[in-house]
Amino acid sequence: MTRTSTSQRSTSTIRVPEKIPVSLTVNGVEAQLRVAPWTSLLDTLRDHLGLTGTKKGCDHGQCGACTVLVDGRRVNSCLTLAVMKDGAKVTTIEGLATDGTLHALQQAFIDHDAFQCGYCTPGQICSAAGLIAEGKAKSADEIRELMSGNICRCGAYPNIVRAIQQAMGQS
Amino acid sequence: MIGFQYARASDVADAVRQIAADPAAKFIAGGTNLIDLMKEDVERPSRLIDISRLPLRSVEETASGGLRIGALVPNSDLAYHPLIAQRYPMLASAILAGASAQLRNMASTGGNLLQRTRCYYFYDIATPCNKRQPGSGCSAIGGLNRMHAILGTSEACIATHPSDMCVALAALDATVHVTGPAGARAIALSDFHRLPENTPQRDTNLETNEIVTAVELAGRGFAANYTYLKIRDRLSYAFALVSVAAALELEGDTIKEARLALGGVAHKPWRDPSAEAALRGQNIGEPAFAHAADVVLRDAKGFGHNTFKIDLARRAIVRALTQAAAGTPQSQSSKKIA
Repeated sequence: MTRTSTSQRSTSTIRVPEKIPVSLTVNGVEAQLRVAPWTSLLDTLRDHLGLTGTKKGCDHGQCGACTVLVDGRRVNSCLTLAVMKDGAKVTTIEGLATDGTLHALQQAFIDHDAFQCGYCTPGQICSAAGLIAEGKAKSADEIRELMSGNICRCGAYPNIVRAIQQAMGQS
Repeated sequence: MIGFQYARASDVADAVRQIAADPAAKFIAGGTNLIDLMKEDVERPSRLIDISRLPLRSVEETASGGLRIGALVPNSDLAYHPLIAQRYPMLASAILAGASAQLRNMASTGGNLLQRTRCYYFYDIATPCNKRQPGSGCSAIGGLNRMHAILGTSEACIATHPSDMCVALAALDATVHVTGPAGARAIALSDFHRLPENTPQRDTNLETNEIVTAVELAGRGFAANYTYLKIRDRLSYAFALVSVAAALELEGDTIKEARLALGGVAHKPWRDPSAEAALRGQNIGEPAFAHAADVVLRDAKGFGHNTFKIDLARRAIVRALTQAAAGTPQSQSSKKIA
């Protein structure tokens, strides 16, 4: 992106930042991208890589729909700049199943009917994968507390907790 | 969000050099607050200086028996660090009372200190706000102020500091280490954040060309008798209406040392040495705890929607000191208040 003749009307030219090269390994596949510095990881996944499983809810870190795993840790991709994650390994909902077999959490969400509209579900499942990897939640109370960054407007919370308990029992 | 340049800092000296060269630049680490504010056009930095790769991620024991926490240690790593959980459980509890697991994975120790108020008017660029635009007025005074301050307010600003972690750090006598062009200096946590007075645009005493490098904990951790009690509008993932960090050292039923700091009530973590002095030498129990609460709240002032916080704070202080004395700290997962 560069300003051309239109900027000549002004004596001071606005410097539009160059796009910056970023290397990401997303679901095991390395991607070389060029993004503007303000591009969130969420927009990078959805708009640059076509991975629309990760959802944009609030875009302010309040709903958790955009949760993905970066280097194994769950984060809000809407509050993450892609340029800051150069070299990182990212796992999205599209990367959880292996060889056509659903991840234990995906199967558990189906088994327990842990969603209605499904919009928050990719974030819920990625967040739950992070939760299980962290290993801090044992009781249902602890699961609820450590999943509080993922909002479900349909109110499927009781079934989400049961689904996570089932997957934890298998891990 | 407006456009900005992006650069990485190669070391602390380079970070200081870069920020000194561009007064409109900002450091970015976890980004959980700054990116949100940039999306709202509240923050409009010309350049982001990425400090997230600097080697400030260790937790080390100090010669004086405390701990030095690197400014880039993520909130979650700090809360679950074995030395924090064992020696400073009040700090771990306060961190886990704040934000969500995702945000704690991202947010840094230094960034937690520097997060800005969640006052609705500060966030809404269509309204006057002295913190965002000095001299424009305060919309919260006479406006919606349920979440706002009751202590240390000024005619210019009644915003609160949103951190839970900082409330525990204030009670624990923490020190903030910073580096600027003139070198390194240390600031007591209690002196780090400012009261609004007539300059609410300045949240802290950190200079714009300085970087936070570490937070140091003193030796005393109060691991036996402490609590962090957070009262909020929903059970998790909400900012405090009132929170209390309470820590005691007891000899039998006599209070030998007391620490008491409040969150959600002021422009900074509110630690009151006179309330702590009033507790020392007293027997544990409601009379001493209620007196300490009266001391803390002697100058409290409500603004309408938030006036309930004065009574809420009084009861929360008594409850927190009771929990601390009994050695039954508030659980951050089971929400029953003991």
